[in-house]
Amino acid sequence: MTTRLERQAGPESLLLNMGPSHPAMHGTIRIMLELDGERILASEVEIGFLHRGFEKTCESKTFFNLLIYTDRLNYVSPLINNLGYVLAVEKLLGLEIPERARYIRVLMSELSRVSDHLTCLAAMAMESGAFTVFLYMMKAREFLWDVIERTTGARMTTSYIRIGGVRAELADGFAADTRTAVKETRKVLKDVRGLLDRNPIFLARTRDVGVMSRENALAYGWTGPCLRSTGLAYDVRKARPYLVYDRLAFDVPVGERGDNFDRYKVRMLEMEQSLRLIEQCGDWLERHPGPAVPADGRAMVPAEAIREARRRKPEGRIILSPNLEGSEKERLESLYACAPGVVPPAKEDAYASMAGLIGHFQYFMTGHGLRPPKGEVYASVEGGNGELGYYIVSDGGDRPYRLHLRAPCLHIVSALEELIRGRLLADIIPTFGSMNMIGGELDR
Amino acid sequence: MEEEKTLDALRDACPGAILEAGLSLGDAVAVIRPEDLPAVAAFLRDGPPRMAMLLDLTCVDRPDESGRFEMVYHFLSLETYARVRIKARLPAVNPEIASLTGLWKNADWLEREVFDLFGICFADHPNLSRLLLYDGFEGHPLRKDYPLRRRQPRIPPRQDGPGS
Repeated sequence: MTTRLERQAGPESLLLNMGPSHPAMHGTIRIMLELDGERILASEVEIGFLHRGFEKTCESKTFFNLLIYTDRLNYVSPLINNLGYVLAVEKLLGLEIPERARYIRVLMSELSRVSDHLTCLAAMAMESGAFTVFLYMMKAREFLWDVIERTTGARMTTSYIRIGGVRAELADGFAADTRTAVKETRKVLKDVRGLLDRNPIFLARTRDVGVMSRENALAYGWTGPCLRSTGLAYDVRKARPYLVYDRLAFDVPVGERGDNFDRYKVRMLEMEQSLRLIEQCGDWLERHPGPAVPADGRAMVPAEAIREARRRKPEGRIILSPNLEGSEKERLESLYACAPGVVPPAKEDAYASMAGLIGHFQYFMTGHGLRPPKGEVYASVEGGNGELGYYIVSDGGDRPYRLHLRAPCLHIVSALEELIRGRLLADIIPTFGSMNMIGGELDR
Repeated sequence: MEEEKTLDALRDACPGAILEAGLSLGDAVAVIRPEDLPAVAAFLRDGPPRMAMLLDLTCVDRPDESGRFEMVYHFLSLETYARVRIKARLPAVNPEIASLTGLWKNADWLEREVFDLFGICFADHPNLSRLLLYDGFEGHPLRKDYPLRRRQPRIPPRQDGPGS
């Protein structure tokens, strides 16, 4: 089987296969190049090397269980992927979630967005030879991931944002940790600006390279920082505000020329806006603390509660295991929508009463759990790469009849052939780097 | 509301094409005849709704219903930020619909994806080939009758490529 390019290439051209094992292709994309010396005459981009059958898998998982697969789409901003999915299901269910959970979701999304942009720019800079920038940005990402980890228990596969709310309350000391992480990230951004903004090598590789016109960006369905680099200020957070974005102050930075440098610049400016948002949410959450878990009275471990429940209703507080910390019964009201059968029941009830145990099983067991009404929805959020949308069709069962992901990066990468046509071989690296191709999201 | 205005404009401009239209859970939805897709899409892009962006394009397989394949298109206006969903039903045998590659460039890959995973043909598509799966892959995995755990035959190493 030959590719389109192999059939069309001129007899004098050199055909070069770049990727999928080329380090700059991230192991999941292949570009067949038709070259005249180092000049690219034409190319053919081939994807699908990471194809995991995300959509088919989701059709066989319950609405609750498939959440973990959304983490793995864009593994550097899993919280935004979680959010996009749960917003679609909540739209289907007509759920209203508590105020506190909304702020926590926004805060977590923005932490994710900064880490996403940091990863993209770090890789782009490293592939262009600026390894120091890579190290600085990875350092900043570590600060943010430390904060995320303390609350969600994981750095990448968080599954923290749940249908109806969030999994648990923020970890103790979250406000102080976030302030430190934001301060350190700002320092890193300042250092990176100093290293790159007027660096002749970086400018030569990015200024007026990989230029995309506004019209073409629209024709290719570009969204997110890549679209904004062409001068169009479309941002889902402003266009169709969700959660509490309409109450928070932030700007939408745009570029002018739509080249690699503008895509770098827009991401840098966006990170500053995200840090602003993080601070605003952090302030609100500090001013509105969630309900506390009573520290007095008898505290018992689940095994003790189960033993006591055989004789009579247990008296005292049940201590949850570390992986459930922060989701105590007292706190659930501020973290989850009040909708029995739609949100997970309090874990303590499962230990203390038969009705609680049955309720618990009914929520989590296949064939019994959440059953949204018949219908179909499209809901989207502003992901790290652009509009991340979920189209869900429900037939009234406990698993989606069809779940489709509108992945922003598919639209962006589909323009790669046009962006590199006529350029030099070396221009592929910063151009491809500035697109923020994420295999999990692209190939699904 | 912008969504309702878009649907009204569509009803006025293409009265015969719309089989059903209304709001569903806040989304504007119109079901059209498949043969009218090019006209409807062109009107949405260039007419008063000014839907500059083809946001998404996918398919839903409903084997038990007449018109088995449901093509689903999402369009977005960057002036009003309104979105509209256009649906068209295709038959189970030889499902085919016009390609939108002449209007939007991203339709190229989106349609190839649907061709790959559902086996829908797009008339006048410039390069209708599989996108995510390889050429020797048998069947279309997102069809409901494709088993979740079906195994594919292993393909032999390539003999005809460059360097061989």
